[in-house]
Amino acid sequence: MYHLQDITKVYRRRQEEVVAFKAASLDIGLGEYVAVVGPSGSGKTTLLSMLGGMLSPDSGKVWFGGESLYDLPINERTRRRREQIGFVFQTFNLVPYLTALENVQVPLFLHGVSKTEQRNRAVALLEQVGLGNRIEHKPSELSTGQQQRVALARTLANNPRLILADEPTGNLDPTSREAVLSLFDHFVSEGRTIVMVTHDPGAAARASRRLCLNDGTLVTSNEIPAARAA
Amino acid sequence: MNLKTLVWRELAERPSAMLTSTLTILLGVTALVAIRHVTVFSEREVGQQLQSLGANVLVLPKDATLQDYYSADLTERTLPESHVASILLENLPGVERLSPKLCVSAKVANRDVTLTGILPQSEFQAKAAWQSVSLFSNKHEGCKKAACGPKTYDAAPETLASERTIDQLKGNEAVIGADVAEFSGLKPGQSVEMLGEKLQVLAVLPRTGTVDDSRVFAHLHTVQRLTNAGEVVNAIEVMGCCEDAAGGLVPKLAELLPDAKVVTISQVVSTQVGINRLMSQMSLFVLGILVIVGGASVASTISSNVRERRREVGTLMALGATPSLVTRMFLLKAWALGIVGAVGGSVLGLIVAMVLGSQWAGVTVKPLPELIALSIGAALVITTLAALWPARSAAKLDPCCCFQEV
Ligand SMILES: Nc1ncnc2c1ncn2[C@@H]1O[C@H](COP(=O)(O)OP(=O)(O)OP(=O)(O)O)[C@@H](O)[C@H]1O
Ligand SMILES: [Mg+2]
Repeated sequence: MYHLQDITKVYRRRQEEVVAFKAASLDIGLGEYVAVVGPSGSGKTTLLSMLGGMLSPDSGKVWFGGESLYDLPINERTRRRREQIGFVFQTFNLVPYLTALENVQVPLFLHGVSKTEQRNRAVALLEQVGLGNRIEHKPSELSTGQQQRVALARTLANNPRLILADEPTGNLDPTSREAVLSLFDHFVSEGRTIVMVTHDPGAAARASRRLCLNDGTLVTSNEIPAARAA
Repeated sequence: MNLKTLVWRELAERPSAMLTSTLTILLGVTALVAIRHVTVFSEREVGQQLQSLGANVLVLPKDATLQDYYSADLTERTLPESHVASILLENLPGVERLSPKLCVSAKVANRDVTLTGILPQSEFQAKAAWQSVSLFSNKHEGCKKAACGPKTYDAAPETLASERTIDQLKGNEAVIGADVAEFSGLKPGQSVEMLGEKLQVLAVLPRTGTVDDSRVFAHLHTVQRLTNAGEVVNAIEVMGCCEDAAGGLVPKLAELLPDAKVVTISQVVSTQVGINRLMSQMSLFVLGILVIVGGASVASTISSNVRERRREVGTLMALGATPSLVTRMFLLKAWALGIVGAVGGSVLGLIVAMVLGSQWAGVTVKPLPELIALSIGAALVITTLAALWPARSAAKLDPCCCFQEV
């Protein structure tokens, strides 16, 4: 699914140069469940953004499904993201002035789905995450766990092949955390792919593969065969 | 969900964020629409006055303002009627006709009208014959207008509307303006009660579009008697036989009547023309303000909105919003405030023009659709141009900011 080739991403602030991410080669296969771990500032979010087509590397190429992502015109890149990638954010990033239903409708609307279809699918998705009775609530009227579930419904709206998650369980209570992780397990079990940045060892343990970052470089990249069964 | 609902939800949630710039546009458009409307109608009015009064000279009480005469010409100040005779006796070259007037307010069918006393031209002839003056035979040199020749006094009363004088009018007769006829339903031959006396309607004047439409004309001496005013008039219109004559008449009349103010109609309207020119320039100035202040205000509102909504923009982009959609989203916000400001401003400006137009400039203002459309169009062009840069900068935002915690 992904092939990263001689990627470097450098941030320059005044005199200082920070190598945020650097990798000679990195492959992520279809159906993999990848946990990206590492200390704060090690470049996890930077990697995720580059995978998502939202941050162009300073050099190197990001191959996504056989296409060089950053050589595509911006609208094409946006389309790949819209049609194939779902994001999960640590802080959910729900649009505060939209109801739960409308938040889930946003990616459907961006995809050009008709109004009635938008509504039907959004309602079904919210029911799927157990929020069928909260569709008219604004994010501020929902609990943290409920907000993350709305965000998950939104992520799944366009039926993505891949989920890019940045600390999806970071802000959650144990029950909500478990709900998210089992949803991810289910997602992977359908042969789809997840790249998840996490500080949570328990969450990382459920992944099939672990990428360890330190200071912007890939330290280890190892399979966790035992975790697969878990 | 579509772009409109997305924008609308945000605006509905916090309309105050857009309030200042909406108000700026609104006030700018209000001022523009109001001033332009008053100016346009004031210019039309001046045009009509010039047309209807042509080469005339006005003799007014010394301290009367010119505006008084043209707005309603109801003033407390008067001139002795004997001035009419003085002018007659002087037999100045270029004078064609005289028309003394006395105006008072009265009611017809419970509506306010102006009762204007005038002297029919036939009485001048009689007076002239009696005083053995050859009436206005002294033609102005170089005056080519044929109308200056000797006259018979038998024109129809309706000519009052165009000629400003009437040939025959008896003491118990009245001639009414088109508006008065309309609201009172009076027809020639019927009688109308004015200040306690019945007058017979001699004729209804054709519509002129001026204050004359709401006047009732009666014999000068009847009006003097009914109001106990004595032998006085508010103004004497002196019809010159050509424009050249009018200019030459002013110093001679001023010398003859030192206690009166003598002005030509072009002088009268020149004040109004000056005011109109000033208002025209003012509307350009307001347009400039609208462009600069309105534009700057819209630009700053939209760019602060972009800054405020950075994370949402990033999230939308992560969800698959294209840069052009993000640009359109912010342009739509700008249009929303532009349309509210422009439409609100047009309505408000029109109300202001209609209320204040009659008070300030003495003109009746009606809506001018092209002018309103133009103002709304201008406001929308300004908001679009002002919002373009911040809206495009939103599309260039780093979508990675959606990962940052708040
Ligand atoms: N926009 C930016 N400008 C300058 N430097 C940046 C920017 N974004 C990230 N960096 C730097 O790049 C490095 C990697 O940042 P990144 O956000 O990828 O870390 P992270 O692993 O996600 O950290 P955390 O676990 O705290 O989220 C850091 O040193 C950070 O300071
Ligand atoms: Mg991070």
